[in-house]
Amino acid sequence: MTASFGVVPKIRKQQISDLLSQGKRLDGRGLTSYREIKIEVGLIDKALGSALVSLGNTKVLVGIKIEEGKPFPDTPEDGVQIVNAELVPLASPSFETGPPSEEAIELARVVDRGIRESKTIDTKKLCIIPGKNVFMVFIDIYVLDHDGNLFDASALAAISALLNAKMKEFVVKEDGELEFKENYIKLPITNCPVEITLAKIGTTMIVDPSLEEESVTDARITIAIDAEGRLCAIQKSLPGTMMPEEIIEAVQIAQVKAKEFRDTVLKGFINHE
Amino acid sequence: MLNEKIKLIDDAGFRFDGRRWDELRPIKFDIGVLEKANGSAYVEWGRNKILAAVYGPREVHPRHLSLPNKAAFRCRYHMAPFSTDERKNPAPSRREIEISKVIREAIEPSVFTELYPRIGIDVFIEVLQSDGGTRCAGITATSLALADAGIPLKDLVVACAAGKVDGQIVLDLSDIEDQKGEADLPVAVTLRTNEIGLLQMDGIMSGEEFEKAFRLAIEGCKKVYQLQKESLKNKYASVKETVDEDEKTEEGEVNQ
Repeated sequence: MTASFGVVPKIRKQQISDLLSQGKRLDGRGLTSYREIKIEVGLIDKALGSALVSLGNTKVLVGIKIEEGKPFPDTPEDGVQIVNAELVPLASPSFETGPPSEEAIELARVVDRGIRESKTIDTKKLCIIPGKNVFMVFIDIYVLDHDGNLFDASALAAISALLNAKMKEFVVKEDGELEFKENYIKLPITNCPVEITLAKIGTTMIVDPSLEEESVTDARITIAIDAEGRLCAIQKSLPGTMMPEEIIEAVQIAQVKAKEFRDTVLKGFINHE
Repeated sequence: MLNEKIKLIDDAGFRFDGRRWDELRPIKFDIGVLEKANGSAYVEWGRNKILAAVYGPREVHPRHLSLPNKAAFRCRYHMAPFSTDERKNPAPSRREIEISKVIREAIEPSVFTELYPRIGIDVFIEVLQSDGGTRCAGITATSLALADAGIPLKDLVVACAAGKVDGQIVLDLSDIEDQKGEADLPVAVTLRTNEIGLLQMDGIMSGEEFEKAFRLAIEGCKKVYQLQKESLKNKYASVKETVDEDEKTEEGEVNQ
């Protein structure tokens, strides 16, 4: 993205890698420290659940909606999970209007995999009539301000919004008609995946790259870890390569960071619920 | 009904298609199969049938996509409508767009793109029949097609998946193992420098299982790499034979 401006990132890259070789970063963080994380939930009344995550200056808003729809033929008794990401043009000079870019599609699909593979949404509970009618859960990622590491911010906003989401209690009558009651129930959420992204710059790996660090990043790896500490999705991205040892190390760092996330930002948030 | 557990590995340790945990499916490469492309390769990997073609070095269209310091390396992974069980809509899906991106990022580091400023190299991968592991087979074929096009490469890129099926770590998952199994882990590697260009995972694995599967995938890559190199050598050895024969007949004609 900013790499297309060429010259500045090259000078910056030198500065950033010089600092990294001393174990320092431009903004004074440690190599495995996150920027300040804030989660605000329930900002959008019209959504079933919503969360605004700030990760330093990066801001991502996620809203949850549901609709009735047809299940997939191979999973007739399961509700459907759909993740979409919009890199809206107000968030960055490099975002453009038009159909979703490759980056937006990758972002949505990696967040989707983290939630789907950890079976976070109990889709069986979203079945209305097997094979005919199920609830489709739409998780819409809206990037509002892009200052790096959209993957972690989006994944965190998505799980926060899901944990916060409520739908009207429903019963399926004998004729198959759907009837909503007045009271609200929580969405059936059974897991809590966290995504941790590491950027490789030169030979150093850092977590939570800022936009400036991303502009000189060679390779990036995003690792999703569920509530039990198991890996549920990985995506290596960007045209740089990584050594096998670096990947093993990245996974170990991610496991530690994911636990930290759960014990700090997410814990406070879940308790608040 | 769909919840019933299908056994993918039997008690004797044989998989659905008769393989052991560490065995690859049968793999066959054909190089230079297309007339018009600058380079091409066809791979049969189990029941996967995949064509890869390289066009370039050539002019970049549209021109503003050209780069001042290196080649614009582009890649399209696409599945034929008849390649899957249910007809696939031929319009590029989100999955195909993502796979095109990760394949490009896996292969580009192996290409000396800096030798071709302002020029384009386009890769097209068409999956004619799919049976799990198409991105790995596609990457492996693409690298052969690039070599066939005579584009300078640092090494062939080779890809292979490992994963977890019925609680066991296995190599090279087929479609049913990918769908019903616990996890899939495709890996692409440049073996000369031991650099990982592609790594994805979906499914659930512990840290230890991941490490085991990751190392197994690299072992699989090493086996595929041998086949890849052999097929290239065979291709150009057979070219040399025809040249030699031509020369002999010419000499014969002169002698007469």
